Amino acid sequence: MCLAVPGLVREVDGLRAKVDFGGITREVELSLLPDTQVDDYVLVHAGYAIEKVDRESALETMKLFREMAEAVDKERSS
Amino acid sequence: MSRTIDFEAFRTGPDADGLVRRIHELFEGPTALMEVCGTHTVAIGRAGIRSLMPDGLRLLSGPGCPVCVTPLGEIDMALAAARRPDVVLTTFGDMMRVPGSESSLERERAGGADVRIVTSALDAVEIAAGEPSKEVVFVGVGFETTSPTIAAALMTAERRGVENVSVLPFFKLVPPALDLLVAVPGRALDGFLCPGHVSSIIGSNAYEPVAHGADMPCVVAGFEPLDILAGVVMLLEQVRDVRSGGAARVETQYARAVRPEGNRTALELLDEVFEVVDADWRGIGTIPESGYALRERYAHRDAGAKLGVDRTRPDEPEGCICGAIMLGERIPADCPLFGTVCTPRDPVGPCMVSSEGSCAAHFRYERR
Repeated sequence: MCLAVPGLVREVDGLRAKVDFGGITREVELSLLPDTQVDDYVLVHAGYAIEKVDRESALETMKLFREMAEAVDKERSS
Repeated sequence: MSRTIDFEAFRTGPDADGLVRRIHELFEGPTALMEVCGTHTVAIGRAGIRSLMPDGLRLLSGPGCPVCVTPLGEIDMALAAARRPDVVLTTFGDMMRVPGSESSLERERAGGADVRIVTSALDAVEIAAGEPSKEVVFVGVGFETTSPTIAAALMTAERRGVENVSVLPFFKLVPPALDLLVAVPGRALDGFLCPGHVSSIIGSNAYEPVAHGADMPCVVAGFEPLDILAGVVMLLEQVRDVRSGGAARVETQYARAVRPEGNRTALELLDEVFEVVDADWRGIGTIPESGYALRERYAHRDAGAKLGVDRTRPDEPEGCICGAIMLGERIPADCPLFGTVCTPRDPVGPCMVSSEGSCAAHFRYERR
Protein backbone atom coordinates (compact mmCIF):
# COMPACT_ATOMS: atom_id res chain seq x y z
CA MET A 1 0.00 0.00 0.00
CA CYS A 2 1.01 3.52 -0.78
CA LEU A 3 0.23 5.02 2.58
CA ALA A 4 2.83 7.59 3.53
CA VAL A 5 2.40 10.28 6.15
CA PRO A 6 3.92 13.77 6.02
CA GLY A 7 5.89 15.02 9.00
CA LEU A 8 8.25 17.84 9.97
CA VAL A 9 11.89 16.93 10.64
CA ARG A 10 12.89 18.17 14.09
CA GLU A 11 16.27 16.50 14.54
CA VAL A 12 18.75 14.70 12.30
CA ASP A 13 21.44 12.33 13.57
CA GLY A 14 23.29 10.69 10.70
CA LEU A 15 20.76 8.52 8.87
CA ARG A 16 18.07 8.77 11.52
CA ALA A 17 15.71 11.62 12.26
CA LYS A 18 13.07 12.62 14.74
CA VAL A 19 9.96 13.57 12.77
CA ASP A 20 6.95 15.41 14.15
CA PHE A 21 3.61 14.17 12.80
CA GLY A 22 1.51 16.92 14.32
CA GLY A 23 2.21 16.25 17.97
CA ILE A 24 3.53 12.68 17.82
CA THR A 25 7.27 12.40 17.24
CA ARG A 26 8.79 9.23 15.79
CA GLU A 27 12.22 8.00 14.82
CA VAL A 28 12.51 7.74 11.04
CA GLU A 29 15.20 6.16 8.85
CA LEU A 30 16.87 8.42 6.29
CA SER A 31 18.72 5.79 4.22
CA LEU A 32 16.44 6.54 1.27
CA LEU A 33 16.65 10.33 1.70
CA PRO A 34 20.13 10.98 3.10
CA ASP A 35 20.16 14.73 2.36
CA THR A 36 17.24 15.38 4.70
CA GLN A 37 17.68 18.42 6.92
CA VAL A 38 15.98 19.81 9.99
CA ASP A 39 12.84 21.72 9.03
CA ASP A 40 12.20 19.65 5.88
CA TYR A 41 8.78 18.12 5.47
CA VAL A 42 9.13 14.45 4.53
CA LEU A 43 6.77 11.65 3.54
CA VAL A 44 7.30 8.60 5.75
CA HIS A 45 6.38 5.06 4.69
CA ALA A 46 7.06 1.94 6.79
CA GLY A 47 9.54 3.80 8.99
CA TYR A 48 11.53 5.37 6.15
CA ALA A 49 11.48 8.90 4.68
CA ILE A 50 10.80 8.37 0.98
CA GLU A 51 10.55 11.90 -0.37
CA LYS A 52 10.69 15.52 0.70
CA VAL A 53 7.45 17.50 0.49
CA ASP A 54 8.34 20.68 -1.31
CA ARG A 55 6.76 23.78 0.29
CA GLU A 56 6.78 25.83 -2.91
CA SER A 57 5.10 23.04 -4.85
CA ALA A 58 2.49 22.62 -2.15
CA LEU A 59 1.56 26.29 -2.39
CA GLU A 60 1.61 26.10 -6.18
CA THR A 61 -0.72 23.08 -6.15
CA MET A 62 -3.19 24.91 -3.92
CA LYS A 63 -3.13 27.84 -6.36
CA LEU A 64 -3.82 25.37 -9.18
CA PHE A 65 -6.87 24.05 -7.32
CA ARG A 66 -8.21 27.62 -7.38
CA GLU A 67 -7.42 28.10 -11.06
CA MET A 68 -9.06 24.81 -12.06
CA ALA A 69 -12.09 25.51 -9.90
CA GLU A 70 -12.57 28.88 -11.56
CA ALA A 71 -11.80 27.82 -15.12
CA VAL A 72 -14.66 28.16 -17.53
CA ASP A 73 -14.73 26.84 -21.07
CA LYS A 74 -14.78 29.89 -23.28
CA GLU A 75 -17.02 28.21 -25.88
CA ARG A 76 -19.61 27.44 -23.24
CA SER A 77 -19.79 30.70 -21.38
CA SER A 78 -22.42 32.91 -22.94
CA MET B 1 11.18 30.61 11.18
CA SER B 2 9.80 27.82 9.04
CA ARG B 3 6.63 28.08 7.07
CA THR B 4 4.25 25.28 7.89
CA ILE B 5 2.31 23.47 5.19
CA ASP B 6 -1.41 23.47 5.78
CA PHE B 7 -2.12 19.86 4.83
CA GLU B 8 -5.74 20.30 5.84
CA ALA B 9 -6.21 22.56 2.83
CA PHE B 10 -5.75 19.53 0.56
CA ARG B 11 -8.61 17.78 2.32
CA THR B 12 -11.26 20.43 2.84
CA GLY B 13 -10.23 23.49 0.85
CA PRO B 14 -12.86 25.80 -0.63
CA ASP B 15 -12.17 24.65 -4.18
CA ALA B 16 -13.78 21.20 -3.95
CA ASP B 17 -17.12 22.38 -5.34
CA GLY B 18 -15.41 24.26 -8.14
CA LEU B 19 -13.33 21.20 -9.07
CA VAL B 20 -16.46 19.02 -9.21
CA ARG B 21 -18.18 21.65 -11.37
CA ARG B 22 -15.15 21.67 -13.68
CA ILE B 23 -15.27 17.88 -13.96
CA HIS B 24 -18.90 18.03 -15.05
CA GLU B 25 -18.07 20.78 -17.53
CA LEU B 26 -15.18 18.83 -19.07
CA PHE B 27 -17.07 15.55 -19.26
CA GLU B 28 -18.01 14.70 -22.83
CA GLY B 29 -19.46 11.21 -22.84
CA PRO B 30 -18.60 7.70 -21.56
CA THR B 31 -15.16 7.83 -19.99
CA ALA B 32 -13.31 5.22 -17.96
CA LEU B 33 -10.43 6.28 -15.73
CA MET B 34 -8.48 3.73 -13.74
CA GLU B 35 -6.49 4.09 -10.55
CA VAL B 36 -3.90 1.45 -9.77
CA CYS B 37 -3.24 2.08 -6.11
CA GLY B 38 -5.00 0.63 -3.08
CA THR B 39 -4.55 3.89 -1.22
CA HIS B 40 -6.39 5.69 -4.05
CA THR B 41 -9.15 3.04 -3.88
CA VAL B 42 -9.71 3.79 -0.21
CA ALA B 43 -9.31 7.58 -0.57
CA ILE B 44 -11.87 7.68 -3.39
CA GLY B 45 -14.29 5.51 -1.41
CA ARG B 46 -13.89 7.41 1.82
CA ALA B 47 -14.38 10.83 0.19
CA GLY B 48 -17.43 9.64 -1.71
CA ILE B 49 -15.90 10.86 -4.94
CA ARG B 50 -17.84 8.48 -7.21
CA SER B 51 -21.13 9.99 -6.06
CA LEU B 52 -19.94 13.41 -7.24
CA MET B 53 -19.01 12.28 -10.75
CA PRO B 54 -21.21 12.75 -13.83
CA ASP B 55 -23.10 9.68 -15.03
CA GLY B 56 -20.94 7.85 -17.51
CA LEU B 57 -17.63 8.82 -15.88
CA ARG B 58 -16.40 5.58 -14.37
CA LEU B 59 -13.58 5.51 -11.84
CA LEU B 60 -12.25 1.96 -12.07
CA SER B 61 -10.09 0.28 -9.52
CA GLY B 62 -7.22 -1.66 -11.07
CA PRO B 63 -4.69 -4.12 -9.64
CA GLY B 64 -3.24 -1.65 -7.18
CA CYS B 65 -3.81 -3.49 -3.93
CA PRO B 66 -0.54 -5.32 -3.19
CA VAL B 67 -2.18 -7.86 -0.87
CA CYS B 68 -4.84 -8.56 -3.51
CA VAL B 69 -2.31 -9.35 -6.25
CA THR B 70 -0.17 -11.68 -4.11
CA PRO B 71 -0.84 -15.16 -5.53
CA LEU B 72 -2.25 -17.93 -3.39
CA GLY B 73 0.97 -19.88 -3.84
CA GLU B 74 2.97 -17.01 -2.29
CA ILE B 75 0.58 -16.79 0.66
CA ASP B 76 1.02 -20.53 1.15
CA MET B 77 4.82 -20.02 1.17
CA ALA B 78 4.46 -17.50 3.99
CA LEU B 79 2.26 -19.96 5.89
CA ALA B 80 4.77 -22.77 5.38
CA ALA B 81 7.54 -20.55 6.73
CA ALA B 82 5.41 -19.54 9.72
CA ARG B 83 4.89 -23.20 10.65
CA ARG B 84 8.63 -23.78 11.12
CA PRO B 85 9.48 -23.87 14.82
CA ASP B 86 12.75 -22.00 14.25
CA VAL B 87 11.14 -19.17 12.32
CA VAL B 88 9.80 -15.82 13.48
CA LEU B 89 7.54 -14.64 10.67
CA THR B 90 7.21 -10.85 10.46
CA THR B 91 4.66 -9.10 8.29
CA PHE B 92 2.70 -5.90 7.79
CA GLY B 93 -0.69 -6.20 9.42
CA ASP B 94 -2.76 -6.36 6.24
CA MET B 95 -1.49 -9.87 5.41
CA MET B 96 -2.66 -11.46 8.66
CA ARG B 97 -6.19 -12.39 7.63
CA VAL B 98 -5.55 -13.31 4.00
CA PRO B 99 -6.74 -16.90 3.51
CA GLY B 100 -4.23 -19.28 1.97
CA SER B 101 -5.31 -22.60 0.46
CA GLU B 102 -6.06 -23.53 4.06
CA SER B 103 -5.41 -21.37 7.08
CA SER B 104 -4.06 -17.83 7.35
CA LEU B 105 -1.24 -16.18 9.28
CA GLU B 106 -3.75 -15.20 11.94
CA ARG B 107 -4.85 -18.83 12.32
CA GLU B 108 -1.26 -20.04 12.40
CA ARG B 109 -0.49 -17.57 15.16
CA ALA B 110 -3.51 -18.76 17.10
CA GLY B 111 -2.15 -22.28 16.68
CA GLY B 112 1.19 -21.33 18.24
CA ALA B 113 3.27 -20.09 15.32
CA ASP B 114 5.52 -17.10 16.04
CA VAL B 115 3.97 -14.52 13.71
CA ARG B 116 4.54 -10.84 14.52
CA ILE B 117 3.07 -7.73 12.96
CA VAL B 118 5.68 -5.07 12.26
CA THR B 119 5.38 -1.57 10.85
CA SER B 120 8.81 -1.50 9.25
CA ALA B 121 11.15 -4.07 7.69
CA LEU B 122 13.80 -2.71 10.03
CA ASP B 123 11.81 -4.21 12.92
CA ALA B 124 12.56 -7.64 11.43
CA VAL B 125 16.29 -6.84 11.55
CA GLU B 126 16.02 -5.70 15.19
CA ILE B 127 14.13 -8.87 16.15
CA ALA B 128 16.77 -10.98 14.42
CA ALA B 129 19.57 -9.16 16.23
CA GLY B 130 17.88 -9.92 19.53
CA GLU B 131 17.01 -13.57 18.80
CA PRO B 132 20.04 -15.18 17.15
CA SER B 133 18.68 -18.74 17.40
CA LYS B 134 15.72 -17.89 15.15
CA GLU B 135 15.45 -17.18 11.46
CA VAL B 136 13.42 -14.01 11.08
CA VAL B 137 11.49 -13.99 7.82
CA PHE B 138 9.84 -10.84 6.46
CA VAL B 139 6.88 -11.16 4.10
CA GLY B 140 7.81 -8.75 1.34
CA VAL B 141 4.49 -7.65 -0.14
CA GLY B 142 4.13 -4.24 -1.76
CA PHE B 143 4.89 -2.06 -4.74
CA GLU B 144 7.73 0.36 -5.36
CA THR B 145 6.84 2.51 -2.35
CA THR B 146 7.62 -0.42 -0.09
CA SER B 147 10.34 -2.47 -1.76
CA PRO B 148 13.07 0.19 -1.25
CA THR B 149 12.44 0.11 2.50
CA ILE B 150 13.12 -3.64 2.53
CA ALA B 151 16.23 -3.13 0.41
CA ALA B 152 17.42 -0.53 2.94
CA ALA B 153 16.66 -2.81 5.89
CA LEU B 154 18.58 -5.68 4.28
CA MET B 155 21.58 -3.41 3.75
CA THR B 156 21.39 -2.49 7.44
CA ALA B 157 21.41 -6.21 8.27
CA GLU B 158 24.46 -6.67 6.02
CA ARG B 159 26.27 -3.74 7.65
CA ARG B 160 25.54 -4.93 11.17
CA GLY B 161 26.33 -8.55 10.43
CA VAL B 162 22.82 -9.75 11.34
CA GLU B 163 22.75 -13.06 9.46
CA ASN B 164 19.44 -14.50 10.59
CA VAL B 165 17.01 -12.28 8.71
CA SER B 166 15.64 -12.95 5.22
CA VAL B 167 12.75 -11.92 3.03
CA LEU B 168 10.08 -13.52 0.85
CA PRO B 169 10.34 -11.12 -2.13
CA PHE B 170 6.74 -10.99 -3.32
CA PHE B 171 7.02 -7.37 -4.52
CA LYS B 172 5.37 -6.25 -7.73
CA LEU B 173 6.07 -3.36 -10.11
CA VAL B 174 3.36 -1.00 -11.32
CA PRO B 175 4.39 0.10 -14.86
CA PRO B 176 4.37 -3.46 -16.31
CA ALA B 177 0.79 -3.85 -15.08
CA LEU B 178 -0.14 -0.67 -16.94
CA ASP B 179 1.43 -2.14 -20.10
CA LEU B 180 -0.77 -5.21 -19.69
CA LEU B 181 -3.91 -3.17 -19.06
CA VAL B 182 -3.52 -1.11 -22.23
CA ALA B 183 -2.71 -4.15 -24.36
CA VAL B 184 -5.88 -6.13 -23.73
CA PRO B 185 -7.95 -6.00 -26.95
CA GLY B 186 -11.25 -4.20 -26.68
CA ARG B 187 -10.19 -2.44 -23.53
CA ALA B 188 -12.00 0.85 -23.09
CA LEU B 189 -9.70 2.82 -20.83
CA ASP B 190 -9.32 6.55 -21.28
CA GLY B 191 -6.69 7.35 -18.69
CA PHE B 192 -4.68 6.31 -15.65
CA LEU B 193 -4.68 8.05 -12.31
CA CYS B 194 -1.14 7.07 -11.37
CA PRO B 195 -0.09 6.24 -7.80
CA GLY B 196 1.39 9.17 -5.90
CA HIS B 197 3.86 7.48 -3.59
CA VAL B 198 5.02 4.75 -5.97
CA SER B 199 5.80 7.71 -8.24
CA SER B 200 7.80 9.44 -5.50
CA ILE B 201 10.16 6.49 -5.89
CA ILE B 202 10.04 5.66 -9.61
CA GLY B 203 9.44 9.20 -10.92
CA SER B 204 6.73 10.42 -13.26
CA ASN B 205 9.01 9.71 -16.24
CA ALA B 206 8.30 6.01 -15.63
CA TYR B 207 4.90 6.46 -17.28
CA GLU B 208 6.22 8.05 -20.49
CA PRO B 209 6.31 4.70 -22.37
CA VAL B 210 2.65 3.91 -21.68
CA ALA B 211 1.50 7.49 -22.28
CA HIS B 212 3.20 7.78 -25.64
CA GLY B 213 3.29 4.14 -26.67
CA ALA B 214 -0.39 3.50 -25.99
CA ASP B 215 -1.63 7.08 -26.29
CA MET B 216 -2.93 6.83 -22.73
CA PRO B 217 -3.30 9.96 -20.58
CA CYS B 218 -1.46 9.59 -17.28
CA VAL B 219 -1.78 11.90 -14.29
CA VAL B 220 0.17 11.25 -11.10
CA ALA B 221 -2.16 12.23 -8.28
CA GLY B 222 -1.92 12.69 -4.54
CA PHE B 223 -4.30 11.11 -2.06
CA GLU B 224 -6.22 13.94 -0.48
CA PRO B 225 -9.72 14.58 -1.86
CA LEU B 226 -8.68 17.78 -3.65
CA ASP B 227 -5.66 16.05 -5.16
CA ILE B 228 -7.88 13.32 -6.59
CA LEU B 229 -10.47 15.78 -7.94
CA ALA B 230 -7.70 17.84 -9.54
CA GLY B 231 -6.22 14.66 -10.99
CA VAL B 232 -9.56 13.82 -12.59
CA VAL B 233 -9.79 17.37 -14.00
CA MET B 234 -6.35 17.00 -15.56
CA LEU B 235 -7.23 13.59 -17.00
CA LEU B 236 -10.48 14.88 -18.52
CA GLU B 237 -8.63 17.79 -20.10
CA GLN B 238 -6.25 15.27 -21.68
CA VAL B 239 -9.08 12.97 -22.75
CA ARG B 240 -10.75 15.87 -24.52
CA ASP B 241 -7.44 16.73 -26.13
CA VAL B 242 -6.79 13.16 -27.29
CA ARG B 243 -10.33 12.75 -28.64
CA SER B 244 -9.74 15.77 -30.87
CA GLY B 245 -6.42 14.49 -32.19
CA GLY B 246 -3.94 15.58 -29.52
CA ALA B 247 -1.27 13.40 -27.95
CA ALA B 248 -1.51 11.82 -24.50
CA ARG B 249 1.15 12.75 -21.98
CA VAL B 250 2.29 12.30 -18.40
CA GLU B 251 1.37 15.07 -15.99
CA THR B 252 2.00 15.38 -12.27
CA GLN B 253 -0.73 16.72 -10.04
CA TYR B 254 1.28 15.62 -6.98
CA ALA B 255 4.24 17.87 -7.76
CA ARG B 256 4.97 18.51 -4.09
CA ALA B 257 6.09 14.89 -3.65
CA VAL B 258 6.93 13.56 -7.11
CA ARG B 259 9.87 14.42 -9.32
CA PRO B 260 10.25 13.36 -12.95
CA GLU B 261 13.33 11.29 -12.12
CA GLY B 262 12.04 9.92 -8.80
CA ASN B 263 14.19 9.08 -5.81
CA ARG B 264 17.65 8.19 -7.19
CA THR B 265 18.92 6.82 -3.87
CA ALA B 266 15.95 4.47 -3.56
CA LEU B 267 16.21 3.33 -7.20
CA GLU B 268 19.93 2.61 -6.84
CA LEU B 269 19.31 0.64 -3.67
CA LEU B 270 16.59 -1.40 -5.39
CA ASP B 271 18.97 -2.16 -8.24
CA GLU B 272 21.72 -3.17 -5.83
CA VAL B 273 19.60 -5.69 -3.94
CA PHE B 274 17.03 -6.94 -6.46
CA GLU B 275 16.85 -8.04 -10.05
CA VAL B 276 13.66 -7.69 -12.08
CA VAL B 277 11.98 -11.00 -12.93
CA ASP B 278 8.66 -12.19 -14.34
CA ALA B 279 6.02 -12.35 -11.62
CA ASP B 280 2.70 -13.98 -11.01
CA TRP B 281 -0.21 -11.63 -10.15
CA ARG B 282 -3.20 -13.18 -8.48
CA GLY B 283 -6.21 -13.44 -10.75
CA ILE B 284 -4.21 -12.06 -13.68
CA GLY B 285 -1.36 -14.44 -14.36
CA THR B 286 2.26 -13.83 -15.25
CA ILE B 287 3.25 -10.29 -16.13
CA PRO B 288 6.76 -10.12 -17.63
CA GLU B 289 9.41 -8.27 -15.66
CA SER B 290 6.98 -7.22 -12.98
CA GLY B 291 8.56 -8.58 -9.80
CA TYR B 292 11.82 -8.84 -7.89
CA ALA B 293 14.16 -11.64 -6.92
CA LEU B 294 17.19 -11.19 -4.71
CA ARG B 295 20.42 -10.79 -6.62
CA GLU B 296 22.93 -13.64 -6.42
CA ARG B 297 25.16 -11.80 -3.96
CA TYR B 298 22.16 -11.46 -1.58
CA ALA B 299 20.89 -15.01 -2.10
CA HIS B 300 21.44 -15.61 1.62
CA ARG B 301 18.61 -13.12 2.21
CA ASP B 302 16.08 -15.17 0.22
CA ALA B 303 13.86 -16.90 2.77
CA GLY B 304 12.40 -19.41 0.31
CA ALA B 305 15.87 -20.70 -0.62
CA LYS B 306 17.09 -20.60 2.98
CA LEU B 307 14.16 -22.60 4.33
CA GLY B 308 13.67 -24.84 1.29
CA VAL B 309 10.12 -23.60 0.74
CA ASP B 310 8.93 -23.48 -2.88
CA ARG B 311 6.13 -21.69 -4.66
CA THR B 312 3.09 -23.79 -5.52
CA ARG B 313 0.15 -23.05 -7.86
CA PRO B 314 -3.01 -23.94 -5.96
CA ASP B 315 -6.55 -23.46 -7.31
CA GLU B 316 -8.50 -20.28 -6.61
CA PRO B 317 -11.73 -20.39 -4.55
CA GLU B 318 -14.71 -21.16 -6.75
CA GLY B 319 -16.94 -18.32 -7.81
CA CYS B 320 -14.42 -15.64 -6.87
CA ILE B 321 -14.01 -13.07 -9.67
CA CYS B 322 -11.31 -10.92 -8.02
CA GLY B 323 -9.12 -11.25 -11.13
CA ALA B 324 -11.74 -9.70 -13.40
CA ILE B 325 -12.43 -7.01 -10.80
CA MET B 326 -8.75 -6.09 -10.56
CA LEU B 327 -8.57 -5.72 -14.34
CA GLY B 328 -11.55 -3.38 -14.25
CA GLU B 329 -13.67 -5.81 -16.31
CA ARG B 330 -16.18 -6.38 -13.52
CA ILE B 331 -17.25 -4.47 -10.44
CA PRO B 332 -17.80 -5.98 -6.96
CA ALA B 333 -21.57 -5.91 -7.40
CA ASP B 334 -21.15 -8.33 -10.33
CA CYS B 335 -19.75 -11.05 -8.06
CA PRO B 336 -22.24 -13.68 -6.89
CA LEU B 337 -20.33 -14.03 -3.63
CA PHE B 338 -20.21 -10.30 -2.81
CA GLY B 339 -22.01 -9.36 0.37
CA THR B 340 -23.49 -12.82 0.83
CA VAL B 341 -20.81 -15.44 1.19
CA CYS B 342 -17.93 -12.96 0.94
CA THR B 343 -17.88 -10.11 3.45
CA PRO B 344 -15.11 -8.21 5.23
CA ARG B 345 -15.61 -10.40 8.28
CA ASP B 346 -15.60 -13.64 6.26
CA PRO B 347 -13.64 -12.86 3.10
CA VAL B 348 -13.28 -15.42 0.33
CA GLY B 349 -11.03 -13.61 -2.11
CA PRO B 350 -8.21 -11.10 -1.79
CA CYS B 351 -10.24 -8.07 -2.94
CA MET B 352 -12.36 -8.38 0.16
CA VAL B 353 -9.79 -9.40 2.72
CA SER B 354 -7.54 -6.43 2.17
CA SER B 355 -8.88 -3.11 3.38
CA GLU B 356 -7.53 -1.65 0.14
CA GLY B 357 -9.24 -4.16 -2.12
CA SER B 358 -12.04 -3.07 -4.47
CA CYS B 359 -14.61 -5.27 -2.76
CA ALA B 360 -13.73 -4.21 0.77
CA ALA B 361 -13.86 -0.54 -0.26
CA HIS B 362 -17.12 -1.08 -2.13
CA PHE B 363 -18.67 -2.86 0.85
CA ARG B 364 -17.61 -0.11 3.22
CA TYR B 365 -18.27 3.02 1.18
CA GLU B 366 -20.44 2.42 -1.85
CA ARG B 367 -23.37 0.31 -0.74
CA ARG B 368 -26.70 1.92 0.06
